[in-house]
Amino acid sequence: MLLNDLPTPIPAKTAAIAQRRIGGRFNAWLFRDRGPESTPIVLTQRRVFVLPTRPGLVFGAVLAAMLIGAINYQLSLGFALTFLLAGLGHSAILHTFRNLAQLQIEAGAAAAVFCGDPARFTLRLINRRGNARYALKLRTGSALTTIDRVDAEGTSNAELVLPTQWRGWLRLPRVTLETRYPLGLIRAWSYLQPDMSILVWPRPEPDPPPLPLGHGNAGGIAASAAGRDDFAGLRLYQPGDSPRHIAWKAAAGGGPLLTKHFSGMQAGNVVLRWDDLPPQMDNESRLSRLAAWIERANSGGMGWRLELPGASLGPAEGSAHRNACLKALALFGQPQEPA
Amino acid sequence: MRLVGIERARAVWLTGSVAVTLAPHAASLPSWLSAIAALMLLWQCWIVLHGLRLPSRWLLLIAVAGVMAAVVTTYRIPVGKDPGVALLAAFLCLKLLEARSPRDGYVVVFLCYFMQLAQFFANQTISTAGVTLLGTLVTTAALTTLNSNLLGTAERLRMSALMLAQAVPFMLILFVLFPRVDAPVWGLPANAFGGSTGLSDTMTPGSISDLTLSGAIAFRVRFDGFTPPPAQRYWRGPVMNDFDGRTWRVGTARMLSSVPYRVAGPRTFYELTLEPHNRLWLFALELPGAPPENAVLMSDYQLISKAPVRNRLRYSLSAYPALRGGLGEDRYVLQAAQHLPPDFNPRTRQLAQELRSANPDASALVAAALRHFLQSKFSYTLEPPLLGQHSVDEFLFDTRRGFCEHFASSFVFLMRAAGVPARVVTGYQGGEINPVDGYLEVRQSDAHAWAEVWVEDEGWLRVDPTATVAPSRVESGLAMAVPDRQLLPFALRSAFSWVREVRYRLDAANNTWNQWVLGYNPQRQKEFLQRLGMQAPDWHSMTVAMSVLCGLLMLGLAGWALAQRGRLDPLQRAWDRLSQKLAPAGLERKAWEGPLDYAQRVGVAVPRLASAMFEIARDYSGLRYGANAPATRDNAARRLIDKINRLHP
Repeated sequence: MLLNDLPTPIPAKTAAIAQRRIGGRFNAWLFRDRGPESTPIVLTQRRVFVLPTRPGLVFGAVLAAMLIGAINYQLSLGFALTFLLAGLGHSAILHTFRNLAQLQIEAGAAAAVFCGDPARFTLRLINRRGNARYALKLRTGSALTTIDRVDAEGTSNAELVLPTQWRGWLRLPRVTLETRYPLGLIRAWSYLQPDMSILVWPRPEPDPPPLPLGHGNAGGIAASAAGRDDFAGLRLYQPGDSPRHIAWKAAAGGGPLLTKHFSGMQAGNVVLRWDDLPPQMDNESRLSRLAAWIERANSGGMGWRLELPGASLGPAEGSAHRNACLKALALFGQPQEPA
Repeated sequence: MRLVGIERARAVWLTGSVAVTLAPHAASLPSWLSAIAALMLLWQCWIVLHGLRLPSRWLLLIAVAGVMAAVVTTYRIPVGKDPGVALLAAFLCLKLLEARSPRDGYVVVFLCYFMQLAQFFANQTISTAGVTLLGTLVTTAALTTLNSNLLGTAERLRMSALMLAQAVPFMLILFVLFPRVDAPVWGLPANAFGGSTGLSDTMTPGSISDLTLSGAIAFRVRFDGFTPPPAQRYWRGPVMNDFDGRTWRVGTARMLSSVPYRVAGPRTFYELTLEPHNRLWLFALELPGAPPENAVLMSDYQLISKAPVRNRLRYSLSAYPALRGGLGEDRYVLQAAQHLPPDFNPRTRQLAQELRSANPDASALVAAALRHFLQSKFSYTLEPPLLGQHSVDEFLFDTRRGFCEHFASSFVFLMRAAGVPARVVTGYQGGEINPVDGYLEVRQSDAHAWAEVWVEDEGWLRVDPTATVAPSRVESGLAMAVPDRQLLPFALRSAFSWVREVRYRLDAANNTWNQWVLGYNPQRQKEFLQRLGMQAPDWHSMTVAMSVLCGLLMLGLAGWALAQRGRLDPLQRAWDRLSQKLAPAGLERKAWEGPLDYAQRVGVAVPRLASAMFEIARDYSGLRYGANAPATRDNAARRLIDKINRLHP
């Protein structure tokens, strides 16, 4: 039974085959595959599909057998029990559907990772209803996670962990959110693709040569009083900070409230230059080595300047500078925005 | 594999389901199987409680083979209802012992549902229905353990109860409107019906007094016309015509195509609901009018069904309590009604000759014989002494203590010895009106035997010698007539009025249950639907009505499932209100805008509101997405709602 106004949808497995065969247009229409969506996504009833599971089909067969027994032996109470269980099956459709319908999904944290490390997409499941929701399963590619419970008017975080193979933007593929709660006779599911991407940095070279020192004024890190001269980094918001210094963009992206921290220039003497690397190195190896140097400089508290073909960052120090540099490396030769 | 966490919870719930499902079967299963099932359940409990390993599969395979062999040996034929139920019960226990995956869990649950239906083969009383409902509740709760890890025991039961409650309207619609059929879909195996109590087609001294020890209902009657007084409530059953000196047997009788007597006198109509007795005869108030469908009237005025009464049977009849039949009775019938075995009861024959010579007229002879019964100081008792070879002689002249079959038998013997055609009629006499629902209840303890004599120009006359000896038996029922009441069924002793009251109510409830739930057959379905206003209820219109009503119900429940859209929490409502407040200034919140972005945009446009908006946005996102304890959350939400309300653009 289907609780939306679509014709009977075909099961996901068949759908996958169909997608390969007819190029996915039909499938896209049927399951409203509209590509990445901006969050919050609300699972309206049109997006929730309902079909019996295999135990649900067996349950139907058992009911048929019970009905024949009741008719044959003229068991009035047999009729009553069979009809009660049939009603239970219908109730299961509603409860399973309801367990998913009107759930709200927001994009959560999507922190950048080094290539090879697992990328963790966090989805916030927001339940605005007065009843808890149970046993929600999220799946995309090889990632699978189960949320046992989302409290009434509460939020739970679901983390989908995908492997990373290439640097650049990793977009969250289409996610299947499904539930069989409460009886397992019915499966309700929905497809969603929150517009989320994780930046995959180049993997740092495991054992890089020492940092190239010696350019600029050796060892001279000019200290200056903390002031408003230059943006130096972010730190966690503390009560009393001026609203004007809040990093609104970072907060709106789902992160914690951060305050922009400014300081005088603390330029280092380290200059990491693409062109200074040995000419026989290929692009990816160069990016790996630069990433390793940036990590080393950053952990050593040094400032540095990164010079890539067509771009130059710094000199500066701190984690914001490090992130900007790593981002430049990750997207080197690639589109700057997620495709 | 050891059971921990959710697997342990699953095992506990599944074991509970199986126990609740199989417990009521214990009475009808072979005792060895009940014992084995109980042992297996205890073993499973032991495993769960102590976190032990489940038994290995090959052990269970051996057990399956053993149980199958035992069932085949017990029942000889391994097909049919009883062996099938026994095998399923055994498999259910064994499956439980090997239930490792959720898939096994589904098998156990579905088997439980089926066994709950199988319980109705044994009986379908109100209490059985209650036990079954309990089983369904627990089994459905067990089903949730296969799909959710976090619910507590009470929550699982509540969920199960809620879903079953939502299923009840469906059950009612389908129960009332699902087209019922009379005939089974497939032929039933021969062992489908077991033995039942009731009158038999033979009568020996003691056979009816044994029956009166049962307080079970034989049939119930609802009168549409007048209700005849107790003394006229003779419910005719098997007519005994052949006597071999000890046992009376049903004689041969012809089927009649029409009523053999001219109907006259007052007539009453009634509907009789007969409990199954697995015999062919039906009971009818003397003398019956036209026979109901699927029954015929015999030449001895007995109603015979075309098939044994294996289910509760309801039929409508008319009766003429004052009518007599047999004015022009067949010669062979009268000859058969005078036959006696030779060499029995010489003293009774002697008495018959004396009465005959003193009263040449048959009517006077009957009266004289009754007078003899009255004067001989007979006593009416449930514990008559045993009788020897000349049973009628010993009863009439020596013991003089007997029950209705003694009186009827000796009276008919006396009449036949005197040359008057006579026969024994068995059936029920009396019955009690239940004041709660107005039905007349006739119990096994109302079983009775009386005599019929044939008199020229008068036909067959009913003579009840028991009524002569113990008039209160016919006027007020058995309980008033016998001195030894402690032998009677408890329900009949009627020592306390509240016991009677409770009994009346229970019987009325059972009757309603029988009439409307168990007796809901094609006829009653048709009657009921016509009363509800359906013009011609056939399967077609019933199916249409059923589909329409189920559709409406589904829509209603689906509406309930979607209803939460309007129910936003107060915080959300206040947040939406804020956007509406700012809308006149063109500062409505965009759908894609997060709280902090929105606050910043408002703060840039109207600097006066910047700090208030920032605070609101910060608190709102903290409450909405942060992890707070519920108590502090509620307080903070209230403060935030206040802040939003105080904001004036």
